[in-house]
Amino acid sequence: MEYLGLENARSWIKAAALLISENASLLTELDTAIGDGDHGENMMRGFNAIGKKLEAGGTPPADPAGLFKLVGMTLLSSVGGAAGPLYGGFFLALGKASAGKEKLSKPEVGQALAEGVADIQRRGKARLGDKTMVDALVPALEIFRASSDGDLAGALQAAADKAHQAAEATIPLQARKGRASYLGERSIGHQDPGATSAWLLLKALASIGAVGS
Amino acid sequence: MPELVHTGVMKKLINSPQDVVREELEGMEAAHGDRLRINYDPVYIARKDAPVKGKVGLVSGGGSGHEPMHGGYVGKGMLDAACPGHVFTSPTPDQMYEASKAVNGGAGILHIVKNYTGDVMNFDLAKEMLEADGIKVESVLTDDDVAVENSLYTAGRRGVGLTVLMEKLLGAAAEQRMDLAEIKKLGDVIRGTGRSMGIALTACTVPHAGKPSFELPEDEIELGIGIHGEPGRRRVKIASADEITEMLLDPIISDLPYKKGDDVLLFVNGMGGTPLIELYIIYRKAAQIAKRRGLKIVRNLVGTYITSLEMAGTSITLLKMNDQLCRLWDAPVDTPGLRWG
Repeated sequence: MEYLGLENARSWIKAAALLISENASLLTELDTAIGDGDHGENMMRGFNAIGKKLEAGGTPPADPAGLFKLVGMTLLSSVGGAAGPLYGGFFLALGKASAGKEKLSKPEVGQALAEGVADIQRRGKARLGDKTMVDALVPALEIFRASSDGDLAGALQAAADKAHQAAEATIPLQARKGRASYLGERSIGHQDPGATSAWLLLKALASIGAVGS
Repeated sequence: MPELVHTGVMKKLINSPQDVVREELEGMEAAHGDRLRINYDPVYIARKDAPVKGKVGLVSGGGSGHEPMHGGYVGKGMLDAACPGHVFTSPTPDQMYEASKAVNGGAGILHIVKNYTGDVMNFDLAKEMLEADGIKVESVLTDDDVAVENSLYTAGRRGVGLTVLMEKLLGAAAEQRMDLAEIKKLGDVIRGTGRSMGIALTACTVPHAGKPSFELPEDEIELGIGIHGEPGRRRVKIASADEITEMLLDPIISDLPYKKGDDVLLFVNGMGGTPLIELYIIYRKAAQIAKRRGLKIVRNLVGTYITSLEMAGTSITLLKMNDQLCRLWDAPVDTPGLRWG
């Protein structure tokens, strides 16, 4: 896969919906340990709402930007909590970055992801090591951009693998943002649910690269 | 020490976890349809007579599971609209946007927001959307929970019991046609002089999670809980009501600090599963401590007003009072959850 086009983007969102639904109880379990136990349910509700919108009649999105905007707006109005504005804003930023493009080259995918992650950081004000989704996204983005050859699929796989590793690396961290932060040291020893869902989204993106375009 | 055993059975008076909020709202509509209007898409509860021309519109909202807050405080003398999210989940910006537009009487909108990451972000987005439409919006935050000790390394103090008092006092101010800037200023004063802390004797069960939000050994309590079934700062052995009242009130008094001669409102709240008989036992001791510390209780509130589903426990809130706040407190209020005058 050299480019991310509309069909790839649709497959990504479909794969993400499936992965989120398969892992909803894991996300809820992680969130019950250090948050308020609603992350799995909320993410699943968001991706179900996206599925319904895409299946419903009306004009389907014409390009990746249109699809990302639909995904962002739907997450914003259906997920709630902190994850709604954060992931909603992520996809809206992706949409903005890919505006007017029929398909995205590897550097363009990198730029779009970078703007998405920057939006999450701006809105959530979390820094690396605060035990949030940022801890999975930032290292994954770095790996993606560091991969020098033009192979989009390979770079996405490397990013997803890094996000997986980074999500697990949140276990020994003490939360400094979100509801888990109220636990203080008692948040140590648990994997962050936000970092975990961020990894799942990148895993879904890598999975469509593996299939080819 | 024996742990509470989770049996896998959730005893709740519900039909299905997904329908909890919608069916609650249908019940509220059936019971209070004479004074409330329920909008189902997007979800909000509004005063039936809204928008009230020339009055600042007060809008709050948050996750469900804290009833009667916020929906129960919609009505004359309190909120114009409330946006309920799913249980313990912040509502979304489209709800806040539509609710604010529906109750905009031309004098601007005030958002009352509890300081939780999700609530703050969603209300911020709604504010941006409303301002893009040319509507004036101010927001007041509540962050009264002294149990969050180090705000630098957390999301900051949580909004808890003070939110109820804030909604009552600012609701009265808006009813008396104070303007948006004055109400915002008054809200910030209340924010600065109200403090709370709570304990849990039991956890609570979020319907879609199906099991308790934390496990508490039978002889322990969680000190410094919030209102979302999240665990507190630390666990201590169960103690007498008098000792627990001291554990709650001492950190509150020394935090602001409240000083000898201060007029205060003392609010003893039940978390959802604690009977009034126990709340009065807590109030009795709290009043004794206040007297010993030279605080004058000029107003009070005792009962179940801001909850964590069926959690057993209590929270105490102190608010510094003055003549203006006493007058606003005494002003008539007519909502499902609070009614006098």
